Parts: sequence; structure tokens; C-alpha cells
Amino acid sequence: MSETAIKPRIEKIPLKEQLAQKLPVLLVPVLAAVGLIAIGNPASWLTLTVAGLAMGMMIFIMASGLTVVFGLMDVINFGHGAFVAVGAFVGFTVLAWLAGWTASPSVFMNLTAVLVAILAAMLVTGLLGLAFERVIVMPVYGEHLKQILVTMGGLIVAQQMIYVVWGPDELHMSRPEALQGSLVIGEAAIEKYRLVAVGIGLALFLGMRHILKNTKIGLLVRAGVENGEMVEALGYRVRRLFLIVFMTGSALAGLGGVMWGLYQETITAHMGSEIMVLVFIVVIIGGLGSVEGCFIGAMLVGLLANYTAFLAPKVALISTIALMVAVLMWRPQGLYPVVKAK
Amino acid sequence: MLTRLLSGDTPRSGLLTALLLIVLISLAFAPFLFPGTKSLETAARICIFIVLVASYDLLLGYAGIVSFAHTMFFGIGAYGTALALSTTGPSYGALVWGTAAGAGVAALFALAIGLFSLRVKAIFFAMVTLAVASAFAVLVSQMSWLTGGEDGLNYKIPRELTPAFKLIKAKVFDVSINGKILAYYLVFFAAVILFLVMLRIVNSPFGRTLKAVRDNAFRAEAIGYRVVWYRTTATVLSAVMAALAGSLLAIWLRYTGPATTLSMEIMIDILLMVVIGGMGTLYGAVLGATLFILAQTYLHYLMGVAAEATSAVPVVSTLVAPERWLLWLGVLFILSVYFFPTGIVGRLRAGRA
Amino acid sequence: MAENLLTLSGVHTHIGPYHILQGVDLAVPEGGVTVLLGRNGAGKTTTLRTIMGLWTASQGGIRFGDHVITKLSTPEISRRGIALVPEDMGIFTDLTVAENMILAAANGPMDPKRLAWIKELFPPIGNFWNSSAGTLSGGQKQMLSVARAIIEPRRLILIDEPTKGLAPAIIKAMTDALKELKETDTTILLVEQNFAMASSIGDTVAVMDDGRIIHSGRMDELVADVALQEKLMGLSLEAHQ
Ligand SMILES: Nc1ncnc2c1ncn2[C@@H]1O[C@H](COP(=O)(O)OP(=O)(O)OP(=O)(O)O)[C@@H](O)[C@H]1O
Ligand SMILES: [Mg+2]
Repeated sequence: MSETAIKPRIEKIPLKEQLAQKLPVLLVPVLAAVGLIAIGNPASWLTLTVAGLAMGMMIFIMASGLTVVFGLMDVINFGHGAFVAVGAFVGFTVLAWLAGWTASPSVFMNLTAVLVAILAAMLVTGLLGLAFERVIVMPVYGEHLKQILVTMGGLIVAQQMIYVVWGPDELHMSRPEALQGSLVIGEAAIEKYRLVAVGIGLALFLGMRHILKNTKIGLLVRAGVENGEMVEALGYRVRRLFLIVFMTGSALAGLGGVMWGLYQETITAHMGSEIMVLVFIVVIIGGLGSVEGCFIGAMLVGLLANYTAFLAPKVALISTIALMVAVLMWRPQGLYPVVKAK
Repeated sequence: MLTRLLSGDTPRSGLLTALLLIVLISLAFAPFLFPGTKSLETAARICIFIVLVASYDLLLGYAGIVSFAHTMFFGIGAYGTALALSTTGPSYGALVWGTAAGAGVAALFALAIGLFSLRVKAIFFAMVTLAVASAFAVLVSQMSWLTGGEDGLNYKIPRELTPAFKLIKAKVFDVSINGKILAYYLVFFAAVILFLVMLRIVNSPFGRTLKAVRDNAFRAEAIGYRVVWYRTTATVLSAVMAALAGSLLAIWLRYTGPATTLSMEIMIDILLMVVIGGMGTLYGAVLGATLFILAQTYLHYLMGVAAEATSAVPVVSTLVAPERWLLWLGVLFILSVYFFPTGIVGRLRAGRA
Repeated sequence: MAENLLTLSGVHTHIGPYHILQGVDLAVPEGGVTVLLGRNGAGKTTTLRTIMGLWTASQGGIRFGDHVITKLSTPEISRRGIALVPEDMGIFTDLTVAENMILAAANGPMDPKRLAWIKELFPPIGNFWNSSAGTLSGGQKQMLSVARAIIEPRRLILIDEPTKGLAPAIIKAMTDALKELKETDTTILLVEQNFAMASSIGDTVAVMDDGRIIHSGRMDELVADVALQEKLMGLSLEAHQ
């Protein structure tokens, strides 16, 4: 083939399109700025912003698995919330076993206890994800209606099993010494735990981005989201890839559960289904299947929920719904619509 | 004549017909067959839930749409009637316009949600309705100046529908015919009429197109049906029916609160009833609601006995504890989605062939 | 005549309620180009997808080399040495050209020699190596799709209408590339509507209609027999010339 037949030609992305790409990212600082104006007091604003980001990070952790699972296999797991609850309860049990470590004045021991609790929770929820995928989800691939019903059934059963194992009462999950209390910056008091949550969430987001952009498995996931059949035709077993993603997503939900439990300090069997509402809103705002969109959506929801909780407590949840409606009016497929071959 | 009343959609199975007749007769003569407050409460609940579950089946079974906002519409109907009665006093006028307003608001909400989110995937609609319904429940419990918050609203209904009113002095089969019994028959006949209306809807050309859309949206669109319009209309109809069921509940209980109308638990119950009874059959709603509510009321007792009997075996006794009946129902639910997607009614009809 | 690499016997395929392939018998000799012709909706794409395992045959058998592959999954079929260049090209637009190629080399890193050959065959692959595949033009995407199929040595390549919607100059370039590929002993099953292109490259030919093969034989014989051409394809061939 001759060079003249096809001249190399760098396609310029028009400025307008580039801006449209970046626009959703800008929403977060814009919202923070609006929050500052509305709240007025910088110290309260800082406290609320950190709280909002922490909440957003935790929701992101729980939602990220859900959105990738959807992107890859067109599966929405309505039972995802059960993993959150199970994670929290497992974390609670482990922390209770390690009571000596959590009460110890040593920061190192405290953090090790939390780490062990998190790992245990992720292990259990990851395995639970395996069982869930094999028993509940696998037989109904491609049938959305049954999928929704069956995963909802899974949620009911899982919640009831929590009652069987841990009893019907809500439990108190206390933070270890090192994560209690606040830092005072100027006039603003910022809870230490929230900073930790922001740190973990950010690390996870960056790690996930790295994996998706720079590893073969990440490439496969992104390719699979767009066109699973083609990935199969290239010789990869998408089903196995999906199982890995499903288990990872479940484990992340478990991680989110421990973090949320430590954040709220009480855990109940139906905490998962309550958080799922926020998780769904975030996933819809972000665009089903998009990790970046999910992250931005989570930040927006976290910030908005905290600002409105301060300004007008009664409308906190409504405000997030309003945000969802507004985003969908603007972009009916969410902030980052996912390209699908079919 | 009877076939026309049923819009040509007969039960088509001897056993199913027999079961439906048993339910119908039991409900029609409930005050006399099963005297006592508790059984009357149960009978009325069954009537109301048959309408509610059938209206959900309209959406799930016939249109193939999963909504988690059905209790929201149920609640809107109940609060419509409740607010009218509690603000303007116990008149029939208030009862009627409250009910109408509830149904109207439900229709508007359903229209908005439908137009907004039915264009995209079924999953999307399920998620949006879940979010909206939870937000609505929270909103209602926070607007306590209007809705009474978590405590809900207590109000009076027209005197003729209360136990204090005696229609006739004499007792019929040992049962005094008081206003409560009249209220029961109001609920019963309203339920029968609403059910027959729904049967008519699903057997009309509209209902058949709805099924075509459910089975193959892509093809239906290609043939020229406006899929979104059909789905939205189904959503609106189903919401109005649910709202009317809510109004019946409001009249029957003389109380309306978030726990009896808006809670996620009720939503899950409806889902279980529809699937176990049989999706896309309407008769499934009758059997599902009846069995579920009977089980809810009486199975507790049986499981209590089982738990007692197995109290020596630690894990088993927690598993069969009466509070855990939802666990078994959940398992049954999953199994029925896999193995009997057409539920009890589907089984009975298949058994006949 | 060379031995057949791929044989379909009595293959039926259902898509949902529709019965699309109704007994396809097709033989693809080893080491040449077999062209599959047929009007729109005849079932050509469905045939390729069934071979690839993207639809499962409900009846009949597909033999590849010495093995029956009818019931194998798509990844297994791929790993036995069959590659597909689908009608819609199946490019991962969210990934770069390089990433598309990396994934296509399913058995490990790309062979630099093969890659150099491919870049020579399709210069845009090299020129746009790090660009997002979504920004490529239609012709360039088609080249990328073929390039992915040949980054690893394959025994059989299924190509679905590689010239669809392309400008004449690019059709020529694509044809040249396929001719060069043919020289490497790769067997090709090519679906093509453009008879001029098809006849210039094909060794054997099969014509489909309504989910069945209605003619198969040597390409040169079909080219010589205008009456047969008209009988098989009526006006649809002329329209494409
Ligand atoms: N996913 C599907 N669902 C239903 N019918 C389908 C589907 N895919 C293809 N068909 C039908 O199968 C028949 C054969 O289609 P196929 O794509 O194999 O034809 P083709 O020969 O490749 O046509 P073309 O030249 O237009 O690409 C057509 O009638 C088509 O409508
Ligand atoms: Mg085709």
C-alpha cells in the first residue's frame, strides 16, 4: 500500500468537545465554591467539605465495583448492598476480637487492627461475591428482569442471614483510639477518620485508574465494556474476567462497608440497602459503566449531601435526587456516557 | 356473561378456578365465615393487597418493567385520602376528592418518571425508581407539619363506616352489622371492581401490545409501536391503581403512616407476592397476596412452634425462628424466578395441559 | 484440490425466535481465499459468527482441521487459530491503536517482525500508533481490524466486508494487502459484496441466499460464466461493479 493513499492525518479534537470532556471534572470545584458562598463561614465550609469528600470517597469505593460490573456484562447487582453490610459486620467481629489492639495507645497497633478487619471483610465479601455470581447471577445472564428480581432476592436472603449470624440488633462499632478525635486547623475541626477515608479513597481511585490504563487486565476490562464479543473473538474468556471483576467489586463493597461502619459507628443488617440508594444515584450520575464518572458523581453527591445537611437538613436526600435529575436533563446517559458497540 | 366480566381471560385450569373461587367466597363472606376483628383485618388486607399486587403485575408482568416506586404510589393514594379527611373532616366529599387527588398526583408522578427514564434501559428505570421512592419516603417522614412524620395521621372517616354505627339492630349469623362491616364491603367491592378493570385493561388491544413490547421491544419499535408511550401509559395506569389501593387502606385503617404505606419492606413484599403468585397473569396477584398475607399472619405461629421444637439445636432454631420467615421466602423467591417464572398460576395452568 | 481446512455441514442457526441459517454446507480449502457472496440479509455475517462461536449452531457440524468446533466457546475457537474481522470492525475506540494491537496478541508480547510487516502493509497503524482508535477514519479502522487479526499467525481468517463504505483508493489498498496476506499461506474466508474485488482475489466461491449455500465452485468458472452470475445474483452484482 502506498503512502500517498492515506496521508497521515492527526485528527484534531475540536475545542468544544475537549471542553465537554473536562466539564464534569470542573463541577466538583464549582460545587465547592458555591458551597463556600452559601455557607459563608470558611471554617464550617472546610469541615463540611472534608466530610463531603470522605463520604464521597466511601460511596465511590462501594459504587466502583457495581459500575464496572455493569459496563462489562450488563449486570446490575441489586444485592450489592448486602456486601456492604456483610463487610461491616465482619469488620466489626474482627475488631471485637482485636479489642486489645484497638484500645492500645499505639497508633501502629490500632491501624493494624483496622487493616486486619478490612482484609478479613474483603476476603469474606470477595468469596461471597464468587458464590453470588455463580449461584444467583450466572443463570440469568442477559435477562434483565430476572436479574433484578434474583439479585433482589439475594439481598433479602443475605440480610436475613446477617440477622441469623449477628442477631437483630444494631451494633456499635467504635473507632480505634488513633482514629478518634479531630485535628484543628485554624477554626475548623476536621475529624481524623475523615482524612483517613479521603486518603484511602483517593489511593484506591488512583490505583484503579492505573490498573485500567496500564495493565493488560485493565485494558481487557475497558475493551470488554465496549465490546465483549470482540474480546472473546480475540481469545480471552470474558466470563472469567467478569468473575474477577465481580469478586473485586464485592470485596470493595466490603471495604466500603467497614469504612462506612467506622464512619457511622453503628451498623445494621439493612445499612446496605440504605446506602445503595446513594450508590445508585452516583452510578447513574456518573454514567453506567464509567469509573471516572462514578468518582466525580460520588464527590458531587458527598459534597452536596453535607452542604445541604448543614444549610437545610430536611432536604439532604432530596438534594441528591435533584442533582441526579439535573445531570440527566443535561446528559441523559450520565456525565461520562460509556461507549457501547451495541 | 361471566366470561365477559372476566374480559375473556378465564383462569383456564380447574384447580386454579377452584382456588380462586375459594378466595372469592371466603373474602365475600369473611365477616360471617371468620368472625373476629383479627380475621376481618386480615381479609381486608388481602383485598387491598390483591389490588396493589395486581397493579404491580400490570407493570412487571405485562410491561416487563421493574419499578421500586410502587409503594410510593400506594402511599400517595393513602396520604391523599388521609389528608383530605384529616383537614376537612369526615365527609364523603372529602373522601372522594382526597382519593381522586391522590390518584391524580400519582398519575403525574408516574408520567414524569416514565417519560424521564423509560427511554433508557430497564435497569436504569429500576435504579431511578428505587432512589426516588426512598427520597420520597424520607421527605414524607420529615414533612411532619403536613404528614404527621413518622407517627403518621389519625383521622375520622364518615360515621357510617365505623364500628359505632349499627345498620340494623338484629344480628345476622351472630354477627352485628355495624359500620366496620360496611367498610369491609366497601373495600371488598372496590377491590373486585378494580381487579375486573385491570383484567379488562390487560385483555384489551393495549394490553396485548404491551406484551408484544415486553417480549421484543426492538421488534415492536420496528413494527411502528411507540414503545416509550406504551410503557409510560402502563406505568401511569399501574400507579393510579396502586394509589386507589392506598386510598382503600387509608379508609380501612383510619390511619396512614410511612410504615404502613411507603416502607421498602412493603415493596419487597409486593415483589414476592407477584413473583410467587405468577407474573403476567393477574390471577397470580390474587393467590400471591392471599397466601402471603395468610402466611405472614399465621405462618409466624407455625414457625414459632418449629423453633420451639428445635430449640435444642442451636443453628436450626435460629433459622426457623418466626422472625426469619423472610429468609425462607427469599429463597423461595429466587427459586421461583429460576424454576417457575410463571409462579403458582403458571404451574397450575401447565399442569392442566 | 487442496484439503479442506474448514467444513460446515448442514449448519442451522437460530437467533432468538428466528431461524436464520437453514442448513449451510460450506467447504473452505486450505491455503486460498474463499469468497462468500450473497445479497443483503442472506446470512453471510451469521455464517461467520456461527463459525466463530458467537452464535451457536443448533444443528449440524463445523469441522476445523481435524477437530469438531461446533460446540466450542469463542475464546477456544480463537485459540485454535481462527480470527474474525467483523462487519462492524469491532475496534475498541476507547483504547489506543497500540492497545488494540496489544490485546490482539493474546499469547504474549507482539512479535516485532510481524509488527513491522503489518506497519508496512498498513502504514496508518504505525502513524497513529499512540492515537485513540476512536479518532481513526473508517478505512483506518478497517485496517486496524485486519491488523489485529494477523498480529499472531492464524490458520484461518474470517473477514466480513472489508471494503464496505470505503473510497476506491482505499479499497485497492485493502485488496493489495489481502493479496499479500494470501501469499503467506493464511487461509481466508472473505465475505464481499464488491464482485470486482472478490473475483480478483478469490480462488473458490460460495453464494448464499436465504440461509443456504446455493452455489459453490471455482471463482474463475463463475467469472467466465456471466449467465450463471446473473442467475445467482441477478442485478445485485451489477450494482456493485
Ligand atoms: N441479532 C439478530 N436478531 C434477529 N435477526 C437477525 C440478527 N442478526 C441478523 N438477523 C437476521 O438474519 C438474517 C441474516 O443476516 P446476516 O447479517 O447474516 O446477513 P448478511 O448476509 O451478512 O447481510 P449483509 O450483506 O446486509 O451484511 C437477516 O434477515 C437479519 O435480519
Ligand atoms: Mg453481513
